[in-house]
Amino acid sequence: MIFLLSIAIGSLFAGAIFLMLRRSVIKLILGLILLAHGAHLLMFTMGDGGVRRGAPPIVDYETGAVAPGTADPLVQALILTAIVISFGITAFIIALAYRATQAVKSDDLDDMATTDRL
Amino acid sequence: MSKTVNYDSIVLRTVSRLMMPLLLLLSVFMLIRGHNLPGGGFIGGLVASSAIIMQMIAFGPTYARDVIRVNYLTLASIGILIAVVWSMPALFFGMPFMAAFWMSAPIPGVGTMGTPVAFDVGVFLTVIAVTTKIALLLSEEPDLFPLDMEDDEEPEAGAPRV
Amino acid sequence: MANHLFLPLISPMLASALALLFARDKTRMVARVIVLASIIFNLIYSIWLLWVVGNEGIQVTQGAGWEAPFGVTLVADGASALMLCVATLLMLVTVSYSFASLDPGYENFFYYPLLLLLLLGVSGAFLTGDIFNLYVWFEILLLASFGLMTLGGSRPQLEGGLKYVVLNLFGSTAFLVACGLIYGTVGSLNMAHVAERMSSVTNPGIVTVIACLFFFAYGGKAAILPLFFWLPTSYHTPPVAVTAIFSGLLTKVGAYSLYRVLGLVLQDELIRLAPFVLAVAGLTMVVGVFGAMAQMNVRRILSFHIISQIGYSLMGLGLASAIGLAAGLLFTAHVMIVKTALFFIGGAAEQVYGTGDLKKMGGIARREPLLSIFWFLGILSLAGIPPMSGFFGKLALLQAGINQGALLISVVAAFTGILTFFSMLKIWNEVFWKKSYGDMSKLPRVTPGLLWPGAILVIISFALGIGAGGLVDYSQMAGAQLFDRAAYISSVCGSNGCEAVVDLALR
Repeated sequence: MIFLLSIAIGSLFAGAIFLMLRRSVIKLILGLILLAHGAHLLMFTMGDGGVRRGAPPIVDYETGAVAPGTADPLVQALILTAIVISFGITAFIIALAYRATQAVKSDDLDDMATTDRL
Repeated sequence: MSKTVNYDSIVLRTVSRLMMPLLLLLSVFMLIRGHNLPGGGFIGGLVASSAIIMQMIAFGPTYARDVIRVNYLTLASIGILIAVVWSMPALFFGMPFMAAFWMSAPIPGVGTMGTPVAFDVGVFLTVIAVTTKIALLLSEEPDLFPLDMEDDEEPEAGAPRV
Repeated sequence: MANHLFLPLISPMLASALALLFARDKTRMVARVIVLASIIFNLIYSIWLLWVVGNEGIQVTQGAGWEAPFGVTLVADGASALMLCVATLLMLVTVSYSFASLDPGYENFFYYPLLLLLLLGVSGAFLTGDIFNLYVWFEILLLASFGLMTLGGSRPQLEGGLKYVVLNLFGSTAFLVACGLIYGTVGSLNMAHVAERMSSVTNPGIVTVIACLFFFAYGGKAAILPLFFWLPTSYHTPPVAVTAIFSGLLTKVGAYSLYRVLGLVLQDELIRLAPFVLAVAGLTMVVGVFGAMAQMNVRRILSFHIISQIGYSLMGLGLASAIGLAAGLLFTAHVMIVKTALFFIGGAAEQVYGTGDLKKMGGIARREPLLSIFWFLGILSLAGIPPMSGFFGKLALLQAGINQGALLISVVAAFTGILTFFSMLKIWNEVFWKKSYGDMSKLPRVTPGLLWPGAILVIISFALGIGAGGLVDYSQMAGAQLFDRAAYISSVCGSNGCEAVVDLALR
C-alpha cells in the first residue's frame, strides 16, 4: 500500500512540475492543484504506523476506549484543514486567472510581463 | 450570461426541489448531533450549501439567489461573530479561550447543550455563506470577481461587463 | 497560564466581521471607528505584553485547556512580543494613511476586513507554538494579502498578483510537505515537543531534508536570493498603503518563522547549515541592492531594497548564535519601521505627481520641505548612519559577525550599506533635489494625512536610535530566549519536558 502511495505521490509531483513549467495560465493552475493533492497524500502516509486499512479512528461510544491498531486521526485532521485551505485558495486563484486573462486577452504567461519591465 | 445555458433537466429539477428541504433538515440534524458523533457545524454547513448549489445547477444562479434571500457576506460575518463570541465566556472565568461550558442535564430529544454547540452554529452559518457565495460567484460569470470598481477601470482592461 | 494571549487574535477577528457588516457608504465612519479601536487595543496590549515578557519571561497558554503537546499552544517570548508590537504599530499607521489616501471604492469593498485579517494572521504567526498552526496562520495572512494585492483589479495588479499568488502557493505547499515530514519523523507538531524529540532522531538525513524544505518555504516568503522574483514584480502595483504594510509585515513574517523554526526547533541543523545560510544572506544583500540600482521607479527601488534588507535578517540567522539572532531581531524590528516609513513618504511624493517614474518627478524639496527632511532622515536610518536606529541594527550585526569570525559576510554587509545609501541618494536627487521639468504649481499639495504617518515612523526610528540601549538589551534578551531550547521546552510543557506529559496522558 505504502509502495503504491509513494508512486502516486511521485507522479502527482512530477505531473505538477511538468504542468507548472508550461506557459499557459490554466495549466499552471492545474499544476498547483496537483501539487496540493500530492502534498495531501504525502501527509496521509506520514501517520503513526503508516497507512492502515479497515481500522477507522473512532472511539467506542460507551467506554471511550480506542481499539488497538487504529489509524492515526491526526493526519486526517491535518489533511482536512489543508484541503479546506487549498480549496479556498484554488477558488481565488481561478477567479484571479480568469480576470487576468480577460484583462490581458491572452492565456500566455509571457504576455503577462508588463510589470517586470524596467 | 454570455452564452445561453439550458437549465431544463426535468429529473434534476424535480429531485432538487424535493431534496432541498430534506437536505436543509439533514444539515440541522448534522449540526446538532455533531458533538459526540460524526457530524458538526462544518459538515452540516456543507450539506446545507450543497442544497442551495443543487438549486443553482438545476434552475440557474438567479433562481438560487431567490430561494434563500440573504446577503451571504452578512451571513458569514454574523457566523464569525457568533463563533468568536461563544468561545469567549471562558476568558471571563479565568479559563483559556474556547474552554467549554456544558449544561448539567441534556434537553430531551436534542442532547446536551453547551457553548461548543453555539460555536458550531457560527461555523455552520459561515460555511454555508462562504461556500454558497463562492459557487454563486463562479457561476454568475459576468459578475465574477467584482473587484473592478467603476472609477478604477482601465480602458485596456476590456472586461466584458454585461 | 497567560490566557490573555488570545486577546490580540480575538480583537481583529471580531473587528473584521463587524467591519464587513458596516462596509457601506453610509456607515463608513462606523467601520473606521471599529477598525481603529481594534488596532489601538492590540497596540496597547502588545506594549503591555512587551513589558510582561521582559519582566516575567516566556508567557504560555493552551487553547481550551488541552495540555501542551496535544492542544493549540500560544507562546509569547521576547522575539514574538517585539515583532507583535512593531507589526501592530505599523498596522495602526497604515490604517490612518489609508483614511487619507484611499478612494471610497476601496473602503466599501473588503479593504478594512482584509487588513484586519492580515493583522490576525501576522499576530497568530508570531504567537503560535505549533508548526501546523503556523501554516494555518500563514495561509490566513496570505489569503488576506492576495485580496489586498488584487483589490481594484487593474491590469498590472492582476498580472503582478498572479505571480505573487502562484509563487507563494508553491512555497506554502513546500511548507505543508515539510510539516508532513516532520510529523512522520518525530510524531508531533508542537514546536517544543519537536525540539525535544529532534535530538533522538536516528536518521540525520531526513532532518536535513526537513530543514532545507523549511528554508525553501520561509525563504520564498521572505524573498531570499533565488526565490525573490515575485516581490519586485508585484509590490509596486497595489495602492501605496498596501505596499507599505506588505513591506513591513509579509517578508518579515517569513524571516521570523525562519528564526523560530530553524533557530529554535531545528537548531542543530541550523548550526550545520550556517555557512550555506550565510552565503545566501550575502548574495541576497548584494543582488538586492544591485537590482535596486538598475530601477527607475520609486516603489520598485524600495522593493529591491526589501530583498537586500532581508539579507541582513538572514545574516543574523546564519551566525547561528544567541548574539546573532538578537542582532538579527534588532535589525528586523528597525527595518520594518523604516521601510514602511519610506514607502509612505515615497508614496506621498508619488501621489503628488501621479507617477512613480523618477524621470518625470523632481523639485519636491522646495515645494514640500517637511516631506523631504523626513525622507532624508529615513534614508540615513536605512543606510545605518548614527544617530538613527539603523546604525545600531547594523552595528549589532557587524559586531556579532566579527566576534564569530565571519569576516567575509561582515565586509559584504558593510559594503552593502554604502551601496544602499548610494541607491537611496538616487531617489533623493531625482525626486526631491533636481529641478522639476513641468509646471509644479498646478500639482496638488501633500496633505497632513499623507505626511504624518511616514513622519511618525521616522521619528520613532530616531527615538529608537537615541534610546537604543533599552532596545538592544531587549533584543539580546529575546535572542537568548530564542536560542535557549531547554528553557522554551520547560516553559511550554513544564519542567519535566513534553515527553513526561505524553507518558502521563498515555498511562
